[in-house]
Amino acid sequence: MSRPELQAPPEIYYADAEAKKYTRNTRNQQIQADMTYRALELLNLPAHEPAYLLDIGCGSGLSGEILDEEGYIWAGVDISPSMLEVALEREVEGDLFLQDIGQGFGFRPGSFDGAISISVLQWLLNAETSHPTSSPRHRLNRFFTTLHSALRNPSRAVFQFYPSSDDQIQLITSIAQKAGFGGGIVVDYPNSKKAKKVFLCLFVGGGGAHQQVPKGLEGEEEDNSRARFEKRRERQRGKGKNGKRKSVKDRDWILRKKELYRKRGKEDVPRDSKYTGRKRRAVF
Amino acid sequence: MVRLITHNLLACHVKGCTSNNFPLQFRDVQIELREAEFNPDFLRGFMPKLEWKALVDASRQLGDTSLPPEVPEMLDDDFLKNLHHVLLEIHVEEGVMTCPNCRHEYPILNGIPNMLLAEHEIG
Repeated sequence: MSRPELQAPPEIYYADAEAKKYTRNTRNQQIQADMTYRALELLNLPAHEPAYLLDIGCGSGLSGEILDEEGYIWAGVDISPSMLEVALEREVEGDLFLQDIGQGFGFRPGSFDGAISISVLQWLLNAETSHPTSSPRHRLNRFFTTLHSALRNPSRAVFQFYPSSDDQIQLITSIAQKAGFGGGIVVDYPNSKKAKKVFLCLFVGGGGAHQQVPKGLEGEEEDNSRARFEKRRERQRGKGKNGKRKSVKDRDWILRKKELYRKRGKEDVPRDSKYTGRKRRAVF
Repeated sequence: MVRLITHNLLACHVKGCTSNNFPLQFRDVQIELREAEFNPDFLRGFMPKLEWKALVDASRQLGDTSLPPEVPEMLDDDFLKNLHHVLLEIHVEEGVMTCPNCRHEYPILNGIPNMLLAEHEIG
């Protein structure tokens, strides 16, 4: 399947049906939750201090719910009215805005203690019209500069996104740096095809020098949600309890066949008895 | 759900509208009160970010007069409770927010303000 961001702009792609589907899908929920927790970890907020966060592309509030649980107060922006409607139905605590992040934010300087965004940035990489303000470069620039000023100094913003090429990563990081952010890319499980996740971890202020870009998770992905594939199970399928393959031509099958032959008028069909379909034991 | 906490952070972001673009003025509002968990630490931490005069004006406009016109020296519990109510429990469900400078109107529908701009307004 091709990427959703290549099919239609977000406010059209996430129309009513898709918004509901997206939110109900338990796999999506699980992935979103995992990434939100990881993003919060990367955000590295001081413990036990309630913070005011911005959820960029909050959608139906899947990650917002986790922010609620963790005791953060938050505001969320999204461009899809249908997604926001689902968020209202789910009664999330945060304030919601219908906003195009490519148009920039209007928040006062220093408003937020941090920002997270789960699988959103890739939507900014496609131009919808030929108007100069809708070029990806312009929209990203507008987005990062207004976000930079809306964040407190020092603070962090963490974006999980799905880049389709290294050029896109390059474009995004260079524009973010021009907007004044420090930081860089964190890749979790870089060698895994499925578990690989790209996070853009940006810092506001803090001198830059003593703020190190966190390390990505490495090694084998731990996947407890599903049993692992085992060839052994595949081989065992279709075999009975005692390890033998159950015969396809059992008594029922024979009876059915004989009935069929009789209906067709075939002669000499053996009659049914209690011995039908029984095995002839070896004679001593 | 426009609460005053977000209203107090929200300025107009239309192209070229950089001065006198805060606070946005409410008009034709319908409000709803919804209880929220009281968190004094959060409020104390949030105090420096607030634009006090704008908050008091907005709360008066929405019919709540519990906040004093000046920030009190002592942040006692009564004051924090009032502040909590104003910031987090008053939800504006319907209405319009207007920029005092460029007169751009941000309609609020179902508690969600529409912050989208037309092409010529994008900075």
